[in-house]
Amino acid sequence: MAEIQEGGGGGKKGGKKRAKKQSTRIDMTPMVDLAFLLLTFFVLTATFSKPKSMELTFPAPPLDEKEQPPIKNGITFLLTKDDKIFYYEGEFRAADSDKGAKTQLSELNFSKESLRKYLLEKNKDMQKQVKDLIVKHDAKQLEDSTFKRLVKERKADKLTPTFLIKTDDKATYKNVIDMIDELNYNVVGKYVMVDIIKPEFDLLIEKVGAN
Amino acid sequence: MSKKPSKGGAPALDMTPMVDLAFLLVTFFMLTASFRMAEPVVVDPPSSIGKVDLPDNHIMVTIDEKGRAFFGISNSTAKMNALRDMAAKYKVQFTEQQIVKFSGLPSFGVDIKDLPAYIDAKEEARTNFKGQTGVPLDTITPNNQLKDWIAIGGRKAVEMYEEAKVKAATAGGEFKAEKPRYAIKCAATTKYIYVKDVIKTFTDLKLYQFNLITQLEGGGTVVQPEK
Repeated sequence: MAEIQEGGGGGKKGGKKRAKKQSTRIDMTPMVDLAFLLLTFFVLTATFSKPKSMELTFPAPPLDEKEQPPIKNGITFLLTKDDKIFYYEGEFRAADSDKGAKTQLSELNFSKESLRKYLLEKNKDMQKQVKDLIVKHDAKQLEDSTFKRLVKERKADKLTPTFLIKTDDKATYKNVIDMIDELNYNVVGKYVMVDIIKPEFDLLIEKVGAN
Repeated sequence: MSKKPSKGGAPALDMTPMVDLAFLLVTFFMLTASFRMAEPVVVDPPSSIGKVDLPDNHIMVTIDEKGRAFFGISNSTAKMNALRDMAAKYKVQFTEQQIVKFSGLPSFGVDIKDLPAYIDAKEEARTNFKGQTGVPLDTITPNNQLKDWIAIGGRKAVEMYEEAKVKAATAGGEFKAEKPRYAIKCAATTKYIYVKDVIKTFTDLKLYQFNLITQLEGGGTVVQPEK
C-alpha cells in the first residue's frame, strides 16, 4: 500500500550514480497511523489561545458616610432581564420638583441601532476628539506618552458624561460585560458600576413587572 | 461501482510528503500543548472586545451558573502555602501528601472542612463531589472562606513574586515575572448578583482591580486608545 518507490520515473534522469540499483521499500503504514493518531489527539486537546480578559477597576467605597456629591452630567443605565436596558439622564428624582420632572425611564437594547447609536450621540464630541488623536498618533505626529496623556485628559473632561451601570437581580453577567464592552467601544470618558437604589428598582419593576 | 485499478502491481502512492506534514503538525501541537487537569466546572464566559491576555500569575475566582464560587491560584507554591495557613486558621488537618496533591489541582469549590476528602477523591469522582457547593462566601455571616482564601492566597502569591524578584536580582538575571492579578471568570448566563457578592468580597479586602475573563469576539476593529 505505502511504499517508497525509488528508481522509478525520476531515477533515469538523474545523472548521479547510485550505490544500489534495487529500490528500498519501507512500509510506512504503521508510522503514518501513529502520526495521525498523535496528530488527532493533539489537535483535539489543543487550546489555541489564552483566554482574554477585560481589566476593570471598581470604585473604592467612600471613606465616610457623608452624602456623596451628585454626579453631574450622569447617565444611568439600569440592566434588567431579557437583555433590556433602561436609562435616564441626570439626577434621579422620585417626584416632580422645582429642579425638574419625575425621572422617566427610556428603553434601549443591545443592538447596534439602539445602544450604540445612543452612546454615539451622547459622546460625539469626545469620540471625534479621540479619533483625531488616534489619527495623529498613527501618523507618528504624537509620541506614545503624549497620546496617552491627551486621551486621558479628554476622558476626564468635565463635559463628558459619566455613565453609571446598575443592575437589578435578574440581569446576567453577560449583560454587564456587553454594556462595558459597548462603552469601551464607543470610547466613553468615565463609567462606573454602582449599586441600584430602591426608588430606581421600584421604577424598573413598574416597567418590566415583578417577575 | 468504481473502476478497478489496472492490474500489474498494487498502486503505489508516495506517502513521504504526507508523513512529513503529519509529523510537522504533531511536533507543533506537542510543543504548544499545555496540559492541565479538568476544571471542576465548565463555564462559558461571554465574549468581549477586551484584548488583554489573562496574566500567567493570577488568582482566579470562577463563578458558575448556579452562583457557586471556585477558587484557584496559578502559582503552585503559593497555593500550598495558602492551604497551610488556611488549615491553621480553620483548624483542619492536612497531611503533607494532601498539600502537595492540592497544589496540582485546578480550582476547587468546597468548604475547607470537605477539602481533605475532596483532595483524596479520585479525579472522576471530584466533578460530582457531594460537598461541591462552592467556596462559602457569605458576606454577612463570618463564614466567608472565600475572603480568607483571597486574602491569604493573594499574600502568598505576592510573597512568591517578591522572592523570585530578589532571587533574580542576586543572580543578576533578567526579571520577567509579573505581579499576581485577580481574575474573575464567570458564565455568561450567571445572574450578576452572584458576581456582585464576589466583587463585594474583593472590595472588602481593598482589592479593586480585576481581570474579567472573556472570550475573544470575532470581527470588527475596535478603537481602544487607552490600555
